[in-house]
Amino acid sequence: MERGTRAIRIRDQADADVSGTRRLDRSQLDGRQHFMRSDRKHSAPHRLPVMTILTLAAVVGLGSFGAGLLGALTGLGGGIVVVPLLTVLLHVDFRYAIGASLVSVIATSSGAAAAYVREGYTNIRVGIFLEVATTVGALVGAAIAGLIPTSALGILFGLMLLYSAYRMFRSNDDHPPSTAPDPLATRLRLNSTYPTASGMQPYAVEGVLPGFGLMFVAGILSALLGIGSGVVKVLAMDRTMKLPFKVSTTTSNFMIGVTAAASAGVYLHRGYIQPVVALPVMIGVLTGALVGARLLTTASTRWLRILFTAVVVVLAGEMLYKGASGAL
Amino acid sequence: MSESHRGRTNDTPRLSEHALEQFIGRLLQIGVLVSAFVVVVGGIGLLVRYGGAPADVQSFRTEPSELSTLGGIVRGAYGLDSQAIVQLGLVLLIATPMVRVALTLVAFLWQRDRLYVWITAFVLTLLVYGLFWGRA
Repeated sequence: MERGTRAIRIRDQADADVSGTRRLDRSQLDGRQHFMRSDRKHSAPHRLPVMTILTLAAVVGLGSFGAGLLGALTGLGGGIVVVPLLTVLLHVDFRYAIGASLVSVIATSSGAAAAYVREGYTNIRVGIFLEVATTVGALVGAAIAGLIPTSALGILFGLMLLYSAYRMFRSNDDHPPSTAPDPLATRLRLNSTYPTASGMQPYAVEGVLPGFGLMFVAGILSALLGIGSGVVKVLAMDRTMKLPFKVSTTTSNFMIGVTAAASAGVYLHRGYIQPVVALPVMIGVLTGALVGARLLTTASTRWLRILFTAVVVVLAGEMLYKGASGAL
Repeated sequence: MSESHRGRTNDTPRLSEHALEQFIGRLLQIGVLVSAFVVVVGGIGLLVRYGGAPADVQSFRTEPSELSTLGGIVRGAYGLDSQAIVQLGLVLLIATPMVRVALTLVAFLWQRDRLYVWITAFVLTLLVYGLFWGRA
């Protein structure tokens, strides 16, 4: 018995988060207060029990698998539903959720890179030039993240989810490649070619500065909300800079991992990357995305899009409600 | 698909750029697999050892430096602490996009593209700063 207690105490110093003796009481109390608070606001019928690490890992892992699967099948990326899943449904702290989500964004972006490169669409110069804006944005976002109240972040997240759902149902009508380059694009040698059915097709890049500005915003959003913000990146490249749609999506994927890595590095030092949360999220999203990529050719994407949009809209409503009522 | 275009263009730097990108893409996949492997190994240890403990992740608590600094993580992983091993895998994962940017820098150096060497070096500096000293 005596030995047991000592072992726990030693362990406590090394990993204060999962084990511990005195800490445990306080944490359980914290958890209970948290539920009481949300009960009052939300009038939930029952109080959730405190889960064990194993249960949490299983639930989060399964949810993340679903997020990665749907994200890969619909092309939206799973990152956007991970944070609401963790915070709204499982009451995980917003900061831990952001850290874990960023990790999963990096995993799917890097894991898919080889497939995208093979298609020969990525415009590396556009990507790396715009990365200046997204990385600076991500570091700025990481710096101000602690100053913004969680409720405001929740509302911002809800709006972002709604916008993503809206984009998912806009048709990706590919505009003809632009032929009127921005003089800045010519100076930066951003204009390039991409493969089409009728051979390599040249395209020009427009609106470099507005695109650069939007990318700065995408970087801030990525850090604040723990998402890849691929939707904003594609919007900037496809609509503002008039890049062909395929070039926009693949270049966006190239950039997502780099943007997420910028703020994830900062968050690691701040303790936002919690192994107990990040572990099941990363493994779940990654395996979900891998399975999704294999299923892609056979699945009926129309119904999946409807399903995924429904999930996103429900989560958006929850995020907005909880953010507005201060229950996040 | 790109094979058919290969013979037609005589624009060699672009083709080698594509080949290099493909190589980088493979490398990134390997990076993700290695970090996932490390995370899974550490994760199994973590679940076996602490699986029954209550998961206290509903309120934020400052993590010990063993799990939030690079030095602490490496030391902890070396001492076979399961949580530190998971963190090490996550650090490797965060580093993979940086490797990509570093290799892109090498490619631009190779092409003597001075403007893009500077742009890429700037991005890489920010990323390295974030991971090594990031207290922003």
